[in-house]
Amino acid sequence: MNDNETLQEKLTRISAMVKKETIQIFRDPSSLAIAIVLPVFLLLIFGYGVSLDARHVPIAVVADSRTSASEGFVAGLRQSPWFVPRSYPNIHEAIGALKRKDVDGILWLREDFGRSIQSFRTQGVDVVVNGVDDNTARLVEGYLTNTWATWIGLRNLRGRTLTFQPVSLDVRIWFNPNSRSRDFLVPGLIAVIMTLIGALLTSMVIAREWERGTLESLFSTPVTIGEILIGKFIPYFILGMIGMGVSVTMGRVLFAVPLRGTLLVLLICSALFLTTALGMGLVISTISKNQFVAGQIAIVFTFLPAFILSGFIFDIHSMPLFIRVITHLIPASYFVTILQSVFLAGNIPGIIIPNAITLFLFSVFLFGVLIRISRKRIL
Amino acid sequence: MAVAEQKNSPAISVSHLVRTFRSPRGIIRALDDVSFTVPKGTITGLIGPDGAGKTTLLRILAGIMAPDGGKAEILGFDPETQGPKLQRHIGYMPQKFGLYEDLTVGENLDLHADLHGVPVERRSEFYAPLLAMTALSPFRSRLAGNLSGGMKQKLGVACSLVHAPPLLLLDEPTVGVDPVSRRDLWEILTTQVRNQGTTLLVSTAYMDEASRFDRVVILYNGHVLGEGNPSDLMSNVRGHVFWVNVPDIAARRLEPLLSQVPGVIDAVGEAEEVRIVSEGTSPPSLPEDMKGARTKSLDPRFEDAFMLLLGQEQGSKGRRSFSPERLGWQNKKRGLLDGGVEDSIVIRDLTRNFGSFCAVDHLTFSVRRGEIFGLLGANGAGKTTTFRMLSGLLLPTSGELRIDGQDVLGAGVSNLRSRLGYMSQKFSLYSQLTVTQNLTFFTSAYGMTGKRQRDRIAEIEEFFELVPYRHESAGLLPLGFRQRLALAASLAHEPSILLLDEPTSGVDPLARREFWRTISQLSLWGISVLVTTHFMTEAEYCDRLAIMSLGRLLALGSPSEIRARARTEACPNPSLEEAFIALLEQENRARDAPL
Repeated sequence: MNDNETLQEKLTRISAMVKKETIQIFRDPSSLAIAIVLPVFLLLIFGYGVSLDARHVPIAVVADSRTSASEGFVAGLRQSPWFVPRSYPNIHEAIGALKRKDVDGILWLREDFGRSIQSFRTQGVDVVVNGVDDNTARLVEGYLTNTWATWIGLRNLRGRTLTFQPVSLDVRIWFNPNSRSRDFLVPGLIAVIMTLIGALLTSMVIAREWERGTLESLFSTPVTIGEILIGKFIPYFILGMIGMGVSVTMGRVLFAVPLRGTLLVLLICSALFLTTALGMGLVISTISKNQFVAGQIAIVFTFLPAFILSGFIFDIHSMPLFIRVITHLIPASYFVTILQSVFLAGNIPGIIIPNAITLFLFSVFLFGVLIRISRKRIL
Repeated sequence: MAVAEQKNSPAISVSHLVRTFRSPRGIIRALDDVSFTVPKGTITGLIGPDGAGKTTLLRILAGIMAPDGGKAEILGFDPETQGPKLQRHIGYMPQKFGLYEDLTVGENLDLHADLHGVPVERRSEFYAPLLAMTALSPFRSRLAGNLSGGMKQKLGVACSLVHAPPLLLLDEPTVGVDPVSRRDLWEILTTQVRNQGTTLLVSTAYMDEASRFDRVVILYNGHVLGEGNPSDLMSNVRGHVFWVNVPDIAARRLEPLLSQVPGVIDAVGEAEEVRIVSEGTSPPSLPEDMKGARTKSLDPRFEDAFMLLLGQEQGSKGRRSFSPERLGWQNKKRGLLDGGVEDSIVIRDLTRNFGSFCAVDHLTFSVRRGEIFGLLGANGAGKTTTFRMLSGLLLPTSGELRIDGQDVLGAGVSNLRSRLGYMSQKFSLYSQLTVTQNLTFFTSAYGMTGKRQRDRIAEIEEFFELVPYRHESAGLLPLGFRQRLALAASLAHEPSILLLDEPTSGVDPLARREFWRTISQLSLWGISVLVTTHFMTEAEYCDRLAIMSLGRLLALGSPSEIRARARTEACPNPSLEEAFIALLEQENRARDAPL
């Protein structure tokens, strides 16, 4: 033993920390679950459960008078994949149904429906939409108007002979008209999942050592704080990349999302983003010293903003200015842009390079903060 | 070894060390101008009650906490600025088990060896003596979390010795460890110092461990109360210790009376007599009403030396006159359920199996009304299981269990529950609630309401002198007061039997005396007390003891009877701890002997 540290000793200590952390990962199923089971689970839920296409929306139909025109329109509606019409005898019962949330909207064909059609006016139709769920409301409104317009068009084309065709299936006026929303959602979802596993995995690890008192022992050995952090970063980075691989494979295989860019670009950008996410987790963990609090902070300050403000579901451009400014502070929003580009459009340097640089700066900043706040001291 | 210091300089020298902490109760001076030295190759004990500043001091010495003032020098290094260099030469074991429970014994050793740069090729040479000494060889591939308490501590010591450091800092290595493991641990440490020349600084709250040290530093409230060779410190108190016996006054009644007598620094009731430490070297003059008092000079213990130092420092001002006098229910002695039953608790052939494992094996004993009964045993002896069955949390596999004459397994179990008060080791208080809110909760839980509840809470707050702390959060109370509140909470619903699960582990000697004085008082009023403990000095307060091992009763009797059973030629006057170890070893030999 001598007092001059050799690089050899440094490397031995780092590898000892990595080894220790890896053993712990394999002994503790919860971190493996976060890295591998959680992405699969979230992708299944979101991939199958969340769709921005409205389908089979229950809708109340009130026809004040039963004319051939109104019957014909309702029949046409019934053919449409978007709506499930239910007949109600009068508008009051229909409103009741709307209030009970039995239906998402009301289509009210007034007394003069037949006549207004003949006179090429449209006043005979009222559409009431439940505005509580703004997104669905606008979808319903849009689809209904569109169905109506198509119907009128068809009718006019064919003169007055009421031969109804099913409403055309390519009516997509509201969102992303030319592609399935899933193709758009899955890349964004991967970014959100990576935020969650990156931050959640590491937010626990230092807090756990504080809680169990193991850090006190560790601090009394010659290991430096930097070596402890590197020792924690490496195994969780690998674990996170495995989670990324699982997510991408699922997206490609299960949801048939195209991958138009190259795998290498995807890999490099994911590594950059994962570094940022792990950095956030380590900072949170160092500050909170308590696993429960660390986990909560990780979810509230990394996962939720990534979910809401990254542009993965909610369009950033329609947000108020103040919120738009905040979205620039969310690393996930840059990664969402990169992923959407790599998956749907291909390697577009103009998009990928500036976003990747931003992610790099984020990780440099976070690790800078981490080194500043980590001290090899109790209290 | 390139440690930069001369041959005869001390391993540790500390001068005017200060460290403060902010707390909601104001600034706490955890270390207040502490100075001492530790010579090389010695075992130095840092003795002091909880909260004395031992852990803070050791953390500063290990370079993992910065002092606010003063200076420390360890092996020629300044721990504040040269931490990383210093840490290559020391082994440090924190109070809380600091090893990874999800790593095996071998993996923990390897980790520490790697971190300390022990070359791989020399590992087996370093490990062999450590594993042999700690008897951990058979468990190398066992997870550290699955080791018993004593083995964990041994592993902790082994890990801190893995790089053969010249200095070892150990923070309360023997807390919560059963007497047998405790003795093993001391053997390991002593061997290390004598054979390797290692310097050892060990903190402990157990006064009876002082004799194991070459030197002791007594820490109290952040300052050094005394320092020196333990036998020198003991000789200071020689001539100050007496036992007092007054005919017609039971020791338990006499103790609080004697503690009020001017010139008496400490009084502890033990069996038939009271041990006192007097300010002077002659017995103090006793008041008139103690006619026929007999006194006899006694050999001092280290605790007596501590009490004398403390008494000299504080004069009479620091001494609390805690002598419980009046508590409402002392007069409304509870009627016995089916008249004339003398035993509060009767346990007959009680057995509890967990699968094929027998946690309690045909246990039989009874606790008389007003008796203080101690249940002693190593970890895993079956004490907790017995307690759980008594409180109705666990059903026995077979056997009989009666409380106040009623069968616990019979119909009215819920009624019986209100006859039991339970105080756990962890105190089980709600730390965010105030003192009054805690007491309100616990009385409500037993169905007390309205005026009766309010009166009871007021009475109990007064009895335990908690009135000034009424509106303070339980979590912010000093340890001694927290303990008092926990006892108050367990008594609030007027139980006739009190179950105490290791109630005073690690609390300071003053708080412990006060606590036991209260317990004695309660027993005089007819409350039966069943207590489990590791603390042998605590067992001295009991009327009778049951020693358990592996679910079975090993010995039953008064402390002096237990001591008598272990008397041998080699050890004519065994302490309770020696007796306990001897009994366990007899049992082990009997079990290992071929049938």
